[in-house]
Amino acid sequence: MSIAIGTPTDTTITMSRSFAAPRDLVFACHTQAEHIRHWWGRGNPLDVDLDFSVGGKWRFVERSDGQEHAFRGEFREIDPPAGFTWTFEYEPMAGHIVVERYEFTEDGGRTTVTCTSTFDSRADRDGMLQSGMENGAEESYRALDAYLVKLS
Amino acid sequence: MTDPIDGVFAALADPTRRAILARLATSDATAGELAAAFPITAQAVSKHLNVLENAGLIVRTREAQRRHCRIVPGPLRTVATWAEQYRRLWEERYDALDGYLETLKETP
Repeated sequence: MSIAIGTPTDTTITMSRSFAAPRDLVFACHTQAEHIRHWWGRGNPLDVDLDFSVGGKWRFVERSDGQEHAFRGEFREIDPPAGFTWTFEYEPMAGHIVVERYEFTEDGGRTTVTCTSTFDSRADRDGMLQSGMENGAEESYRALDAYLVKLS
Repeated sequence: MTDPIDGVFAALADPTRRAILARLATSDATAGELAAAFPITAQAVSKHLNVLENAGLIVRTREAQRRHCRIVPGPLRTVATWAEQYRRLWEERYDALDGYLETLKETP
């Protein structure tokens, strides 16, 4: 399955992906520590601290190649199993807070997750763009083609 | 001071403008050629071209008597690169979730 990415406005990014599993389970996989640690780290060890309540804090630490990457935030809305909203912050870029809304819909036993990320400001979005540009300066036109195909 | 990235997302948010860019990615074209390729009026095409030009996504050049529209790859490549990296990160993450969901199915 592939991911669909969209940039509907100047300060939002959307992402959508479906899974062959019921909605309750996919929701739980996104909101319960014992599930999250099995996948969110993409195969890397992941420490998960999470208080799943409105106002509750979360913090994930991913370890790869001897480095630690820490992410944190807090839950703002909880509406199981339809969705939740949390804030997302990469600790080295603390203060640049992204608000992410996750929505879960089920159809014929498949669950689609749609995440809308809203940046606090244009400056924050550009900061992320900037870091992406530095890491990916070698990217070829293929990325552009793929992106345009996906958008159209 | 104008931010060069400002306006790029807004310009890309419109499906007709994305289609125009996809067309210009294959070759330069005149406004007339673009108008013929899309089911909208020449005036509407012209408005979209203004937005794309203001966002720095295209330039209009004059060759002989014809004005050609040409895609400017820089800002689009920046957005595309970023979107591609974001997509790849989440693809890895969600492929891992797929694998995990499989293991949950196998354990009664």
